Amino acid sequence: MEMSSRVPLTYSRKVLELFRNPKNLGKMEEANAEAMAGSLACGDMIAIYLKVEDGTERILDAKFESYGCAANIAAASTLTEMVKGKTLEEAWRISWRDISEDLGGLPSVKFHCGVLAVGAMRRAVRAYYKDKPQSEWLPKELTPEERQALEEEKLMEILERRVERIKAEG
Amino acid sequence: MTYSDLSRPMRELIESHGRPEREVYLDHENSGLIIPEALEAMIGAYREGGRGHPSITHRIGWISYQSLYEATSAISAALNCDTNELVHTHGGTEANNLAIIGSAMMEPRSRRKILLSSIEHLSVIFPAEWLGRYGFKVIKIPVDREGFIDLDTLSREVDKDTLMVSVAAVNHEIGTIQDLKAVGDIVKDRDEGVLIHTDACDALGRIPIDVKRLGVDLASFSSHKVYGPKGVGALYVKEGVKLEPILQGQLSTQKLWPGVENIPGIMGFSKALEMMHKHLDEYTKRMAKLRDRLIDGIMERVSHAVLNGPRGERRSPDNVNISFLYCEGEALTVELSMMGIYVSSGSACTSRVLEPSHVLLSIGRRYEEAHGSLLMKISPYNSDMEIDYVLEALPGAVDRIRSLSPIKP
Repeated sequence: MEMSSRVPLTYSRKVLELFRNPKNLGKMEEANAEAMAGSLACGDMIAIYLKVEDGTERILDAKFESYGCAANIAAASTLTEMVKGKTLEEAWRISWRDISEDLGGLPSVKFHCGVLAVGAMRRAVRAYYKDKPQSEWLPKELTPEERQALEEEKLMEILERRVERIKAEG
Repeated sequence: MTYSDLSRPMRELIESHGRPEREVYLDHENSGLIIPEALEAMIGAYREGGRGHPSITHRIGWISYQSLYEATSAISAALNCDTNELVHTHGGTEANNLAIIGSAMMEPRSRRKILLSSIEHLSVIFPAEWLGRYGFKVIKIPVDREGFIDLDTLSREVDKDTLMVSVAAVNHEIGTIQDLKAVGDIVKDRDEGVLIHTDACDALGRIPIDVKRLGVDLASFSSHKVYGPKGVGALYVKEGVKLEPILQGQLSTQKLWPGVENIPGIMGFSKALEMMHKHLDEYTKRMAKLRDRLIDGIMERVSHAVLNGPRGERRSPDNVNISFLYCEGEALTVELSMMGIYVSSGSACTSRVLEPSHVLLSIGRRYEEAHGSLLMKISPYNSDMEIDYVLEALPGAVDRIRSLSPIKP
């Protein structure tokens, strides 16, 4: 067993600060692209709202809502800061590692918070193109971050169904 | 990541968190305070009585033996067993491991079935599951919505192949006080040869414990759960019950635990237990009063809150466990920490694995209910004013965390 399993989670100053005073928190009524990733059952859920300028495809404003741990809230908050002013294509390229770095390093068991934030943002980007011609740079296949969000959601559905079944039998 | 890698960010985190003006410690599940008299006893032991090795033949050895013997006698007397029936361990986890693995190793060819309640502490479940990899059969007996073991299923599962039944006297998360007498009667009625083990770590200091009256063969105890030092525990092994040691390193075959006894720790444990038992009636009444004020106050003030575990006499006097829907538990513990209120949660996020508390799932809570759970354990040293402060601060903390969420009540 490695030593790390015996230490508490540590959060950087920035994670604690963003948890205390999150930036860009809240639902955005005028969003023209939005998406959710995760679920209440996984204990991790992020909603990303984007206001995108048509034509330039530049993100004018970004907001988030989050159900999850302190790292989850900080990851979503910092992501919204990072995407503001970027084009959708530039935003798409942000990885969970960028988020972790920007936060001063997430503990390894919290990497998935960064992954979920990126997954939610990429879903929002896809949502933007839903009724528009596909951009060339947008991958047809789901990226690992989007797949992970999907897998987490599916896994939880299976577990929940199992619990329901056990309850029904019991 | 190692301890040293974490040292710098941890210091930064502690600094930026700051020390709140007012602090209330309600995380006695995970340890915390030490009774001042126990600490004094330990300091004294390091200076004098506990310095030497208790099996060595010279003046210092004799003094150490005498100190160890006196502490052991006091603990045994408090539990109503003989000193020879008490094995010192490095804590409750080790006591549970010794009870389960030690008895399984004693009978490797015959009885191979281990029955546990589904809400046992992981230090009971994991050694049993570990034995499962070596041919033992582990069966988890379900519990009802308040955490009481299903006696019918238990009765059906006990047979001549059953090695042991392990049921905690008091559940560590939801405070359910099991009817161990009923468990014992059912099991022994089916087969006298089945060993009964109870993890009594969370029972000691909360309910009267008399190992003879509990009717068990093995019982685990932990010092820090009675506000003694950490790293000290004991296993009661009823006379005639045979165990294999799980740690090797002892010439004498009489001893189940090799190594030099932690005499100052054992003396601290003994003192803490003495203090708890001296005031048991007064302390448990006071804790139960604070517990009920806390539960009722939270239920009045916070919407979408669900109590986990039973109420009243059948709940441990120190235990408050409440799920707040639409409110993630880890975020809530960090929020409360910044208000100076220290508690824990059954959320997956706090546990470093992505599964929430198995205890809460076993009593039928949904995943989101388990993620939103808060565990508060009262000690006899908590005050009414501290409970007032928690009741004043908690609703706002829950509201703040709920306000962040995309799904609202």
